[in-house]
Amino acid sequence: MLKKIIRQIKATMGVYESRTDGVYGLLAEFSNPGTLIDGARKVHAAGYRHFDTHTPFPIHGMDRAMGLGQSKVGYITLIGGLSGLGLATWLQWWTSAVDYPINISGKPFFAIEPSIPIMFELTVLLSALFAVGGMFLLNGLPRPYNPLFYSRAFTRASDDAFFLHIAASDKNFDLEETESMLLEAGAKVVEVVHDHGYSELHRA
Amino acid sequence: MPWSLQDRPKGEKPSDCEVASSTDKTVTLPAGADPPLVTGNLGFHDITQLVSYHTEKRPPSAWYMAIAVSSTLLCVLLIMIAYLVWNGIGVWGNNNPVGWGWPIVNFVFWVGIGHAGTLISAILFLFRQKWRTAINRSAEAMTLFAVICALLFPTIHVGRIWVIYWTLPIPNQMEMWPQFKSPLLWDVFAVSVYFIVSLIFWYVGLIPDLATLRDRARTALRRRVTGFFALGWTGANRHWRNYEKTYLLLAALATPLVLSVHSVVSFDFAISIIPGWHTTIFPPYFVAGAIFSGFAMVMTLLILARKIYGIQNIITMDHLEKMAIIILLTGTMVGFAYITEFFIAWYSQVEYEQYAFLNRATGPYAWAYWTMMSCNLLFPQFFWIKRLRRSIPFLFITSIVVNIGMWFERFVITVISLHRDFLPSSWDYFNPTIVDVLTLIGSFGLFLTLFLVFLRYLPMVAIAEVKMVLPESDPHYHHKHESEEH
Repeated sequence: MLKKIIRQIKATMGVYESRTDGVYGLLAEFSNPGTLIDGARKVHAAGYRHFDTHTPFPIHGMDRAMGLGQSKVGYITLIGGLSGLGLATWLQWWTSAVDYPINISGKPFFAIEPSIPIMFELTVLLSALFAVGGMFLLNGLPRPYNPLFYSRAFTRASDDAFFLHIAASDKNFDLEETESMLLEAGAKVVEVVHDHGYSELHRA
Repeated sequence: MPWSLQDRPKGEKPSDCEVASSTDKTVTLPAGADPPLVTGNLGFHDITQLVSYHTEKRPPSAWYMAIAVSSTLLCVLLIMIAYLVWNGIGVWGNNNPVGWGWPIVNFVFWVGIGHAGTLISAILFLFRQKWRTAINRSAEAMTLFAVICALLFPTIHVGRIWVIYWTLPIPNQMEMWPQFKSPLLWDVFAVSVYFIVSLIFWYVGLIPDLATLRDRARTALRRRVTGFFALGWTGANRHWRNYEKTYLLLAALATPLVLSVHSVVSFDFAISIIPGWHTTIFPPYFVAGAIFSGFAMVMTLLILARKIYGIQNIITMDHLEKMAIIILLTGTMVGFAYITEFFIAWYSQVEYEQYAFLNRATGPYAWAYWTMMSCNLLFPQFFWIKRLRRSIPFLFITSIVVNIGMWFERFVITVISLHRDFLPSSWDYFNPTIVDVLTLIGSFGLFLTLFLVFLRYLPMVAIAEVKMVLPESDPHYHHKHESEEH
């Protein structure tokens, strides 16, 4: 049960388990963002869920084509911002009015007005840290080992190539059937990615 | 078609795209269309190649000459700091009424320069100014390095730098806490938070490009180092989704932050009761000045970098012209603030204020005041002329003149206001020492060395973001072209 939940959470990060025979999934190359977005739409319509596109830059409309909702980073950032605000208020009040009150030119030990700059700064600081931390968490980064790196063609995913990957862990996955479906959806080349299970960098 | 360029073997010199420069190409555009942001008909792979290539090959000889000079200056800085820490701040020209001399002038100067980067990356991002993609990476790097220089000066100015941690709320054996009502402490928080958030913003922007470098790496060491910092990025759409949201949020957070940093720096002055400092105009006026000097510094560096590295198709003449317009705008705002200060001094009928401002323009430091006025208010007015906005030599000269003017602005504010105390018997003239001068020059060594190392090892243009502004990056572009074929 718990394992299943962990597997589901990992799938939202794009981290999938390979099959026992070492097949990680099918990697299809598309010729341009236009054909890729059409392909993603067809793959989603065919009922696949454990799939992802890999592109050198974000493609507008892809979230909808893949059937993904809004990113949750915003909520995490809000939590960060509120904790920063709370921390700054507490810190300034407790240090100057409770722990060691010092009378400075008759000013109140604690007041909102002179506390605003620090409240603002810590709100921004913790929001930013939570935003980036939350992004890493939701994306499952850093991820030093990824079976997709075994594919030689995949190095171009950060350059000028547009890939769609269907993981073997998807319940509809079938090596031949999925491959023909991908070719039908407009893929240029389809390649089987094997998980060799070791992180040695074998690309020379 | 850009697609046909994809099949060029890797590692080949992109000579075909370096030849076409932005100026010699006349593109016929439909009426009302914006000119292309990237010129020279570059495709996705050309952009990868053009930018990554410079981190992979041996740097041009100009780079070696530049780093020889800048690292020498850096050594001068380190020697000056060592001399200062050993002897105490008496080695500077600071005297009794002028307790804040060059170190604070330099601090405000460097913080100001450190504003353009985050402005370009955050505010222009929120305003959907797509032209920012060509210059945001190097401007952000410049910001970080300028803020490092800025943080250095107050740190060494405290004299006993081994107790600098007293400015942070760290529990200690004296059971003392920092004084949170002091603008100097706000400054510690404002500048450090600005540095941390800018660093995060810059690094997040770098992740996809580091993945590009990792995938192109040909040696194991290079692959390991870039791979470590790329965090296993694969350009997955599930990742881009959260990534883009984060980038938007960081931009939204950095926008008020960038406006606040120099406001807080100006509180150091504005909250005191010194005539010439105690004015409510300071926060907006400091922010405008910061953007002004920051853009000038970005321009100085990019004019050199785009020429040496042959990336005129990515950082085009139009980019430089847009920066010139921002310099004109902010320079005029700053000049307006200078004049407003005079008006308010007269209008307030406060004799100390009136004396402070008359003394600025006609007193012993009139030379500094008029240097500031001519460099900041008058010189940028030449940018009303389009021909001068598009002239590289003129842009280069102006960008340097502006930064000289902005250094003098901080000198005028800090030193002139202090050298006439309320008590005439303590009036004095400030003279910098050789240590002051060498420390300022040395700080340029620190700044330039860091910037040159950045140019050598990291992509100086945001590769993924520039690809996004190409028309081919839009899926509709392909749908439209396909339907035309049928």
